[in-house]
Amino acid sequence: MATGVAAWLPFARAAAIGWMPVANSPMPVAPMDHSKRQDELIMLNVSGHRFQTWRTTLDRYPDTLLGSSEKDFFYNAETKEYFFDRDPEAFRSILNFYRTGKLHYPRNQCISAYDEELIFFGIIPEIIGDCCYEEYKDRKRENLERLQDDQEENRDTKPPNMSVREAMWRAFENPHTSTMALVFYYVTGFFIAISVITNVVETVPCGSTGNQKDMPCGERYTVAFFCMDTACVMIFTVEYLMRLFAAPSRYRFMRSVMSIIDVVAILPYYIGLVMTDNEDVSGAFVTLRVFRVFRIFKFSRHSQGLRILGYTLKSCASELGFLLFSLTMAIIIFATVMFYAEKGSSSSKFTSIPASFWYTIVTMTTLGYGDMVPKTIAGKIFGSICSLSGVLVIALPVPVIVSNFSRIYHQNQRADKRRAQKKARLARIRISKSGSANAFLHSKRNGLLNELLELTDTEEDEQKLTKCTSLLESQHHHLLNCLEKTTAHVFVDEQMYQQNCLETALQTCPSRSPSISTHDSSAGSCCGCRAKRNAPLPSGRPVPTHTQGPLQELSALHIQSHTASRSNLNRKAEESGRLNSKGGRITTAIISLPSPPDLTPDSDSLRRPPQRRQPADPAASSAGINIIRVSAL
Amino acid sequence: MLSAIWETEGLQTVGIVVLVFASIKLLHLLGLISFSEDSVEDELELSTVRHRPEGLEQLEARTRFSRKELQILYRGFKNECPSGIVNEETFKDIYAQFFPQGESSTYAHFLFNAFDTDHNGSLSFEDFVMGLSILLRGTIQEKLNWAFNLYDINKDGYITKEEMLDIMKAIYDMMGKCTYPILKEDTPRQHVEVFFQKMDKNKDGVVTIDEFIDCCQNDENIMRSMHLFENVL
Repeated sequence: MATGVAAWLPFARAAAIGWMPVANSPMPVAPMDHSKRQDELIMLNVSGHRFQTWRTTLDRYPDTLLGSSEKDFFYNAETKEYFFDRDPEAFRSILNFYRTGKLHYPRNQCISAYDEELIFFGIIPEIIGDCCYEEYKDRKRENLERLQDDQEENRDTKPPNMSVREAMWRAFENPHTSTMALVFYYVTGFFIAISVITNVVETVPCGSTGNQKDMPCGERYTVAFFCMDTACVMIFTVEYLMRLFAAPSRYRFMRSVMSIIDVVAILPYYIGLVMTDNEDVSGAFVTLRVFRVFRIFKFSRHSQGLRILGYTLKSCASELGFLLFSLTMAIIIFATVMFYAEKGSSSSKFTSIPASFWYTIVTMTTLGYGDMVPKTIAGKIFGSICSLSGVLVIALPVPVIVSNFSRIYHQNQRADKRRAQKKARLARIRISKSGSANAFLHSKRNGLLNELLELTDTEEDEQKLTKCTSLLESQHHHLLNCLEKTTAHVFVDEQMYQQNCLETALQTCPSRSPSISTHDSSAGSCCGCRAKRNAPLPSGRPVPTHTQGPLQELSALHIQSHTASRSNLNRKAEESGRLNSKGGRITTAIISLPSPPDLTPDSDSLRRPPQRRQPADPAASSAGINIIRVSAL
Repeated sequence: MLSAIWETEGLQTVGIVVLVFASIKLLHLLGLISFSEDSVEDELELSTVRHRPEGLEQLEARTRFSRKELQILYRGFKNECPSGIVNEETFKDIYAQFFPQGESSTYAHFLFNAFDTDHNGSLSFEDFVMGLSILLRGTIQEKLNWAFNLYDINKDGYITKEEMLDIMKAIYDMMGKCTYPILKEDTPRQHVEVFFQKMDKNKDGVVTIDEFIDCCQNDENIMRSMHLFENVL
């Protein structure tokens, strides 16, 4: 039903009185309106902006959020209003939709934010009025293209298990993903260039071999050129077949432009092979060689600019068509006129209308070769009109083409810019993510310290140390703690993990020198740990580090005893003092405290943590000062 | 003489070029060849599926939440998913934000299937709230039932060792790799063995719902931890 005109329904019903006298059968019973609700004002509070409207206004569209019972989820009983935590600016247009029945798209809104608001309030965007619809659709398409570009970049990340076929296809499409692909890319490029140069040089006159006339090089060194051509065609054939094999959808690949270019480039050679000995036809098929020039289009796989140009021309196809059509019309008109004007003059070059075509074209494009020149006065007058109009006709569609090219070019530039910024963006996001993980570890240490201090009963430090972690954070930490308990493993930070890794590596492979440098932390295996962190320290040299009281020993103890189960930490605190004071061989490690985001992985942070009072335990404090870092047990 | 030959050859060239282009154009018209790359389709994309939940009163009756609690839950839900339903991708994204160090998508997948009781591939607010009602306000029996349902991946009433291994691996994946002690390859498998030793009373290789509930009810730790999250909301 046209719910927009719901207010007029009483009128339509009242006017139905006009049918009653002519009706033959009795009328159905009218539905009763049971809800004797007075029309009331509804207060909508959107992030502090208060909107008021009648209930019936909102009820016009019962399949949206505001028109249905869904808004009860947002009802605030104390203030008797509906509170929405959304953008008030966008809400204005949404409320206007209820009032006027037309949804407008405000131009200063971001398209995705606006879309989200529409989805939230349950309004489909197709309702947008005609006045704003094209703008909306244009911006939506732009946004979609941008997102598509970003998605294409994600393809660079290699999925773990790919079949040979998929790997090959990926290598073909993105040459910079592997060295083999790059080699292949450059080799094919090189051979395309060779092939084109061969075609060109073939026709250059090479000097006479005693005959009267100059022979072109192609006919002089037939064998050499034939070999060169054969080699190039073989490479191209192999490449085409490999692409055909690797393509995910062979049918679609065969239909694409690039594959057609490939085929057209190599077909003449094979046809030439077949047709060599047939005298009549070979003359014609020799001219098939002209298609070898298509090999130059194979470069478009290698060059982004060529692709942009091709895409521009394709998108301006209609303008180019218009240009061609209008030029043809003008040529025919002027050629006819010139022919008849010059008919009278003697020894005129304008022998027929088609012959005048040449003059018209040369004049309209302002070339003016001068091989055909009008001699009569009428001819000269028409000739000048011809050249003036030529300039105009050509100048008209050109700006359209130029603006198209500019738009596409800038789009590409923006895509490149986004790609360049993407790495930095992802790195920053990764750092902030690791910051949150470090926050958990940080708070764990705080938590441990809290427990210990409770033991030794120092009130003021407790207060200092309970940083105000919000309820959300503490609940999140509790969740992570539960996961630790479930799996009986503990989260550690990156450096500790590398440390553990190295220690187990040294335990299991003692012959390896610690200065193995491998890939970065993505390697999961123990032996593949980056030894760079341990490199500057030869074994046995004590490195003074600022301790954190018993916490250092705790963690040190963990490293020490690989097989030690995770027991009560409080108990360990007392034990550790005793253990460390035994002296002798101590395998401990530098405990570097992670500080959130600005931690660079290379800095052994000997940064002093905020002052923590040492507990009164003497044994612990004495042993905690110098923690020796060793590289071998 | 020569020029005549060249002229005919030239005309032949022109003729052949025109012929080839015409045939390409014909093939294009016939749709056998496509000139355009896959461009952005401008047609009407399917409007996103929208879902409106039942009224507040009905939900209040079906779950054990109060009106206020349902309001709070709905606001959070709708904020993350304005269209009213969650699909698996969004669910995985949301869940991954709580476990930055590990890889939580496998476990999120199992969770999603456990919540999605009508198996339509998307989680509506009702599914969400019904699940939460059981988890937070349900009886021990119901909670254990839910956990059993989570472990039983193919919902056939038995937990096999393979299913349990999948779940266990998913849980260990969430820890990530920076753990102490370092995660070994067969840690999940060992954990599954321990679990089966405890749970599988008649040693038939599968755990049924009764064995599961019996065993859990006799285990103090498990019983205590079932009450852990009751004050979440």
